[in-house]
Amino acid sequence: MAKNIKILSFFPILRRCMFLSRPSVIRNHEWQARCLSSKSQNPASLLDDDERPQFPGSRSKFTNTLSFIQPEMYDGIPVYRVMNREGKCLNEDENPNLDKDTVMKMYENMTLLNTMDRILYESQRQGRISFYMTNYGEEGTHIGSAAGLHPHDLVFGQYREAGVLLYRGFSLDEFMNQVYSNSLDSAKGKQMPIHYGSVEHRFYTISSPLATQMPHASGAAYAFKRAQNGQCVICYFGDGAASEGDAHAAFNFAATLECPIIFFCRNNGYAISTPTHEQYRGDGIAARGPGYGMATVRVDGNDVFAVYNCVKAAREMCLRENKPVLIEAMTYRIGHHSTSDDSSAYRSVDEVSYWDKQDHPISRLRGYMKIKGWWNEKKEKEWMKQSRKMVMESFGRAEKVLKPSPSELLTDVYDEMPEHLKRQNEQLKRHLDQYGEHYNLDIFKPIK
Amino acid sequence: MAAKIFRRFGRASFPALIQRSFHSTRPVAGTMLTVRDALNAAIDEEMEREEKVFLLGEEVAQYDGAYKVSRGLWKKWGDKRVIDTPITEMGFAGLAVGAAMAGLRPICEFMTFNFSMQAIDHVINSAAKTYYMSAGEVPVPIVFRGPNGSAAGVAAQHSQCFAAWYSHCPGLKVISPYSSEDCKGLLKSAIRDNNPVVFLENELMYGTAFDMSDEAMSKDFTIPIGKAKIEKEGNHITIVSHSRYVGISLDAAKELEQAGINAEVINLRTVRPLDEESIVKSVMKTNNLITVEGGWPQCGIGSEICARIIESPAFNYLDSPVVRVTGADVPMPYAKTLELNAVPQAHNIVNTVKKVLNVQ
Repeated sequence: MAKNIKILSFFPILRRCMFLSRPSVIRNHEWQARCLSSKSQNPASLLDDDERPQFPGSRSKFTNTLSFIQPEMYDGIPVYRVMNREGKCLNEDENPNLDKDTVMKMYENMTLLNTMDRILYESQRQGRISFYMTNYGEEGTHIGSAAGLHPHDLVFGQYREAGVLLYRGFSLDEFMNQVYSNSLDSAKGKQMPIHYGSVEHRFYTISSPLATQMPHASGAAYAFKRAQNGQCVICYFGDGAASEGDAHAAFNFAATLECPIIFFCRNNGYAISTPTHEQYRGDGIAARGPGYGMATVRVDGNDVFAVYNCVKAAREMCLRENKPVLIEAMTYRIGHHSTSDDSSAYRSVDEVSYWDKQDHPISRLRGYMKIKGWWNEKKEKEWMKQSRKMVMESFGRAEKVLKPSPSELLTDVYDEMPEHLKRQNEQLKRHLDQYGEHYNLDIFKPIK
Repeated sequence: MAAKIFRRFGRASFPALIQRSFHSTRPVAGTMLTVRDALNAAIDEEMEREEKVFLLGEEVAQYDGAYKVSRGLWKKWGDKRVIDTPITEMGFAGLAVGAAMAGLRPICEFMTFNFSMQAIDHVINSAAKTYYMSAGEVPVPIVFRGPNGSAAGVAAQHSQCFAAWYSHCPGLKVISPYSSEDCKGLLKSAIRDNNPVVFLENELMYGTAFDMSDEAMSKDFTIPIGKAKIEKEGNHITIVSHSRYVGISLDAAKELEQAGINAEVINLRTVRPLDEESIVKSVMKTNNLITVEGGWPQCGIGSEICARIIESPAFNYLDSPVVRVTGADVPMPYAKTLELNAVPQAHNIVNTVKKVLNVQ
């Protein structure tokens, strides 16, 4: 036995221990070996004070009384707002005093989004498209945040941020082409509806698995920090997605690597059917921010000016200090999760109606505009008619566009098409040359 | 040399020792370079060549790498190019993919590919599929690398071979090198490639030294991805393998020579895209084929090769069925003798060849 122990030298034990208990063994070894390195946490460099503990992992004081921090101990992080539900500014100092054109642009985009949602939801019900997700009730979060950003800032969305794209100039036609998966779709029909992406508008292609965009966003922000290009990244995610492991990793990385990123949580009360009181027990997502060392704010997501102020200030902080900021926008998901969901199965129609009628971001902004004298019922009627016409015309155009060529099935797997796919494309061509009349080829662009 | 290794690594050195005493390097004049140093040189040279290349992973910086593959790199390139990450594969793989999407060229190290399972969503859904889903708008030029397959005495959760898992996915390129030359040339190609690449190293090979020609030692030496190499020419039977098992196959081939059987040993080098053409050509010459791998039998690399040969013109040239030599269909056991017998050894290959050729 003793002979064996002698033979087994230090190195293999360390290697094996590294697998079995990675953190603690590494830390001991690391600490001993690195007392002199610049990254060490040399106790002598901390305050030489009897009151202060010297642990590398903490920066607080000692206490001589046992007391647990109970989650209910405090009231929760307050919700910042600028307007009340009628659109009246509660504190003029906080009013961003945006000019009429900007406010009109905001209102028009919010309502256009709403109109587009209604028409496309219906089109799914009629079997014209396969899937759709509406943004009802969250228009304030989209437009307020988009307005607070610079057009070059990079956007990583979850799936309910169409308003951000719309505000940035993604046209109705482009939206329609994507949901119809036709040949004008920039993704060549390879993605499900609502999985928009636009390099031109700095909006990354939506990825279905929840919260995977969060570490991506941290990574992109890290790339920007290295490039020092004065741009920041904004990453949208929902209250449900924040439970994913990826969210934790993204927050931690952004904080430790000091990346210029805004994490924007749309807390809309539901993750499909899971209400927030079943999603988490703590004080929402905002309470987690300080836990990661991030500056945090909670905002009324239905108040477009409050959201605007938060994002604008967060952006400045990010770029000035190269640090992440967490914004939790409280809002309510008025629509179903998607066309595959019927939310009456898990919440009352009254609850939905309450939010629709009492606290809708569009009505609040309209209230503000009416107070300012910029809007009235007549203009509202005209705009509703005009916006509906715009959407219907775009819709009509998209329906008629041909679907992408079947050859697109085989493109873009790699940067260069591999031989076996080229051969398959040839086989496809020959097959369709011979038997084409048995297929519904009219709706497709021709094979390449 | 053997005693020194034994003292340093103890019992763990047995597989490596046996390998070294059997394996003979080609008698070419040149430098001897270990696999570890070849990988180190490849990363160092590519970091020098292109500023956007950077390395991240657990223990890669200050600790010089869990297996010392990145030794000296942090000292040379600093915090900006070599990053120690917190312990979250899901996190740093996702972060690396995001960085690649935003224009950098990350090398993401997994301490072993077993841990990549915690990040596999990012490897497949975020890296492999994004170019396709974005219709060519968003390339992801990332390299995921790390040791793959069995090591020594690390049991079930640290010994799985992922070659079959990753080579299953379109959008990824998957490399499984054997020698130092393979490692250097292919890692450089992988880093230069604009597609996501999974680079499967082998821990037991890290310390093995190989002859390197002057050309292989140069800074611009690359090996094309997707081309296999014929390590030993023969005409009685083709043995196709990848990674460490190429070495074991060569040992078996030596033994077979004494029985008068001249085996051709093919080193796949890349498992996706598979160099079907080289295998077909070889089978059309030798008329017999076996595959050797460390991974499990079901849906393995050998299964894929077998299927492809049957679908190819080489089928008509086969004189015998294709037989696979694989790891045992069990999670890797810990006990030394069990572990040794859970993966292909030279005598398994020799026996299979003799059976296929109907030789006693």
